Amino acid sequence: MSLRDKAAAIGIAELKPWKEPPPGVTPLKLMFQLTADVLADAGLEKKDLDGLLVGMPFADPGVIYPASLAEVLGINPRMLNIVDIGGASAAGMIWRAAAAIDAGMCNAVLCIVADLNKMGDQKVPVVSVQREFEAPYGNIGANCGYAMIAHRHMYEYGTTPQQMAKIAVDQRKSAMKNPLATFGDKLITIDDVLNSRMIVDPLHLFEIVSPCSGGSAVIVASPEIAKRAKNAPVWLRGAGEYSNHATITYAPSLTDSPIKTAADAAFKMAGVDRKEINLVCPYDCYTITVLVSLEDAGFCKKGQGGPFVMEHDLSYAGDFPCNTHGGQLSFGQPGLGGGMSHVTEGIRQLMGRGEGRQVKNASLAWVNGNGGIMSEQTSLIFERR
Amino acid sequence: MSEYTKPLPRPSETSRPFWEAAKRHQLQLQQCGGCKAYIYYPRDRCPQCLSEKLNWKPVCGKGKVYSYTVVRRAATRSFSDKPYVLAIVELDEGPRMTTNIEAAPESIKIGMPVNVWFDDVTPEKTLVKFKPA
Repeated sequence: MSLRDKAAAIGIAELKPWKEPPPGVTPLKLMFQLTADVLADAGLEKKDLDGLLVGMPFADPGVIYPASLAEVLGINPRMLNIVDIGGASAAGMIWRAAAAIDAGMCNAVLCIVADLNKMGDQKVPVVSVQREFEAPYGNIGANCGYAMIAHRHMYEYGTTPQQMAKIAVDQRKSAMKNPLATFGDKLITIDDVLNSRMIVDPLHLFEIVSPCSGGSAVIVASPEIAKRAKNAPVWLRGAGEYSNHATITYAPSLTDSPIKTAADAAFKMAGVDRKEINLVCPYDCYTITVLVSLEDAGFCKKGQGGPFVMEHDLSYAGDFPCNTHGGQLSFGQPGLGGGMSHVTEGIRQLMGRGEGRQVKNASLAWVNGNGGIMSEQTSLIFERR
Repeated sequence: MSEYTKPLPRPSETSRPFWEAAKRHQLQLQQCGGCKAYIYYPRDRCPQCLSEKLNWKPVCGKGKVYSYTVVRRAATRSFSDKPYVLAIVELDEGPRMTTNIEAAPESIKIGMPVNVWFDDVTPEKTLVKFKPA
């Protein structure tokens, strides 16, 4: 059993994130817009959609969410569900859509995420264990966990603040060519990153995603639909998923993430070598996330992520294009929607629609979704043939 | 004395003995009667072997800093009064805990030995924190 070549992405839609959402905007309104946009992009009609996977917006959670959304959108799905794996939800939708299509449950799946997120107090965790054993000590939100990963990585492997900062610098270079990027108007240097305010040692302001509002959507379709699609179909060639903790304190290791297992599974299913990959889109909530992701996915040896990012140009024009939309660090993190931006960018590049940031001759992309603090991991390999 | 505004633990039936021991300034962990593993945070069954035979045992209160951060901009207003050290301490018995280390931020090092100390943050609640050994 394999999902290789069983379904393809045939349309994408993405909103330019807002730092402050306009008054009256709700996740649902954004999903209406995205649904109209993604149908137009794919050249499908609403009646063609027969599957629905949606992420529960942090800003507007509800019950029986998929059916409620389907009802307001006026679609009648043969398969509908919430995918609830944090920042990996979007990547997780793609293989679940392919699996449902391969199983004959449906033919064209709308995968959609939109959310509102603003600066301000983080909510005290709702997960009771985190509420009881983390929050009283001030482990609230994601910053502290990633900072402790970064410190431990520095301790175990000698990783430096400069090496981590380089990731934000190179991604910004690509963001300059992305009209949808929130922070795409000014190049930054390693010194700029290291001189930005220290938020949680050793992570600086420019190494941390900035909350914003927005969303994106993808249509995953059967081979039959894909072959007559308007856009060049981007095939799902491999997928893998893995989780080994919910709270980072109780993970087996701070520096070895579940990405290794997820990525190994995806590469095995795809039957491709790391060297064949033309661009990577690893979930980037922090600079350290990218560094650990590249190591654990096998693009460099464990512990060598620091030297690796210094030796390669990670921009769209470089020898190792990484998060060519700017990543969430420069594109913005529209709440739960942020994780879809890596998926849409991988697909966009392979469709040849990267415009000013197009990666030359891109035919294989690795995309990784990451939930919580390195908790849920979903690796995807896409191919344009 | 100003009112304590940070979040406080709300013990469950399962975790109550842990917090009651902390109130008495004792660190107790569950130990599995089946596989002998020490367990933190408190569970209804052993996460290793699913045994229900869990016994509360006093532990030595010594450990090492596994990792830490200095939180200079807190995620909530209640923690914004001053920078604080958030850490993961690996106890000598094995389990890791999220905690605070009461020491100057610049003195903290990964791997440094620490001892438990009990912070009576309110008349009713005591948090389990650590100080350099």
